[in-house]
Amino acid sequence: MLTIENLEVVYEDVILVLKGVSLTVPTGSIVALLGANGAGKTTVLRAITGLLDIHRGEIRKGTITLNGDPIHHLDAPKTVAAGVGQVMEGRRILTEFTVDENLRIGAHTADRGTIEANLDRVYTTFPVLADRRKGVAGYLSGGEQQMLAIGRALMAEPTFLLLDEPSLGLAPLIVQQIRDLIVEINEQGTSVLLVEQNANMALSISSHGYIMETGKIVMDKPAEVLRDDDDVREFYLGLREEGATSFRDVKHYKRRKRWLS
Amino acid sequence: MEELIPVIVRGLGVGSTYALLAVGFVIIYRATDVVNFAQPALMILGAYYVSFYVFNLGMPFPVAVIASMITMAAVAALTERIALRPMVGEPPFAAAMVTFGVFVALFILAFRLIGTNVIVVGDPWGLERMDFLGARVNQIDIAKIVISMIAIAIVGIFLKRSRVGLAMRATALDQEVALAQGVNVGRMFGLSWAISGALAALAGMLIGTAAGGVSPLVAFVALKALPVIILGGLDSIQGSVYAGIIIGLAESFTRTYAGTYAPWLGSNFDIVVPYAIMIVVLMVRPYGLFGTKEVVRV
Ligand SMILES: Nc1ncnc2c1ncn2[C@@H]1O[C@H](COP(=O)(O)OP(=O)(O)O)[C@@H](O)[C@H]1O
Ligand SMILES: [Mg+2]
Repeated sequence: MLTIENLEVVYEDVILVLKGVSLTVPTGSIVALLGANGAGKTTVLRAITGLLDIHRGEIRKGTITLNGDPIHHLDAPKTVAAGVGQVMEGRRILTEFTVDENLRIGAHTADRGTIEANLDRVYTTFPVLADRRKGVAGYLSGGEQQMLAIGRALMAEPTFLLLDEPSLGLAPLIVQQIRDLIVEINEQGTSVLLVEQNANMALSISSHGYIMETGKIVMDKPAEVLRDDDDVREFYLGLREEGATSFRDVKHYKRRKRWLS
Repeated sequence: MEELIPVIVRGLGVGSTYALLAVGFVIIYRATDVVNFAQPALMILGAYYVSFYVFNLGMPFPVAVIASMITMAAVAALTERIALRPMVGEPPFAAAMVTFGVFVALFILAFRLIGTNVIVVGDPWGLERMDFLGARVNQIDIAKIVISMIAIAIVGIFLKRSRVGLAMRATALDQEVALAQGVNVGRMFGLSWAISGALAALAGMLIGTAAGGVSPLVAFVALKALPVIILGGLDSIQGSVYAGIIIGLAESFTRTYAGTYAPWLGSNFDIVVPYAIMIVVLMVRPYGLFGTKEVVRV
């Protein structure tokens, strides 16, 4: 079980972005975290995976535990080793690497002995990738890149997988495909925290949903209840279309190198 | 043709040493975006330690070379940890200034150790010549070519094939992504410095085999790596090799033929040639002849 309790995060020492967030991902489940752009969803994931400090962010309060053990003080490599995998917003595949190399880097913390078997497993799950294993990843289509990013995370055999807006910028048919893959991965035993703006997609496969607004969880209900909630439908199904891309692009690299000081 | 062979071999010899130095620059630049101005000082210290291990500790020459490479790898990694790591997140220019400070510090250290003397590294080649394709060439030039190319090939294979090499390349491409895959990015920075330090020591040894030995001032020979990395593109190991060879050949040919065919250039024009090439390259292709282009999906 992945549990976040009363989490507060600030950027740059002053910008309070998470104001007491609590959520739980029970083992074996898919949980959706919904919210508009800027709500703080990505920040929640960064807090879990030890990627806050490179963005000049810091946990001020609260705890994050994995099966009872606190993990909020772990750095990124240790979090991966503890079994938490993530697919970052915007896919972030290494475009100059081959498909194979992208997957292998995902296995950086894994036992050497597991790599070949996991490669086989990923290529079986994503046959399109198998056909292009020696090809440069930058030439893959958006959907294929998303599959590669998910496959890369699976190489470390995570028990919990965090997905940050996997449907972003993909055609509806591809979104269906990604959705089915998430279900498949979950059925194979990986618990999933699915961050989405596409509420429709996320709620169709999750058991529970959280809705975030400006750093707070404002609603927290079983997925089928949220699915039928008129407010949620209106608000989040309408909101999906706007391309938030421009904002996201600026955001990524701003502080890419702060993490070590 | 026969008279060309010694000129070509000499050019390749010196060029491959430049390539070795340039690869050291490139590895640090790719991992950390920092141009490491301390490289020449690492090189001269490397030459000193080969000499020290041979003459003061009585090690056989090959053992001394490897010991010096290990020593300089440690010095470089330590330098990164102490002086550069706190600069992570600061502008690359500021970090480059720090490496310049490191250069000065290490250079002074080299002066302390070597003094105004000239040291020899105790290499087995000396001034021996050998037959090569019917011409007489210096053994040392052949040694330079073979040793540099083997060292660069080993580094290339390490980066291409090994798990840590993959992690280093991932760090070079996108540090946050590397971190998210569990790569200890700081360790990769240190490792890139260590590799550069070892290569600098090897280059120092090769340059130290010059007739008459080396003094600390030979560090300035390492500045020739600058035109090489500009020509080769700051981020390309292959580019460094081609560029090193081009610059070495250009220098060697100028040295031999400028006096005959273009006496108006004056003597010692060969020293200027690398920089002349650099300026032309900067005007025509600022990212170098071999700098890799970013892959974008069409
Ligand atoms: N590195 C940063 N420094 C300062 N503010 C940031 C940083 N990253 C994100 N923010 C701010 O935090 C808020 C939440 O961002 P984010 O977690 O990316 O939201 P979401 O993923 O829900 O779109 C936004 O207002 C954003 O501007
Ligand atoms: Mg986000």
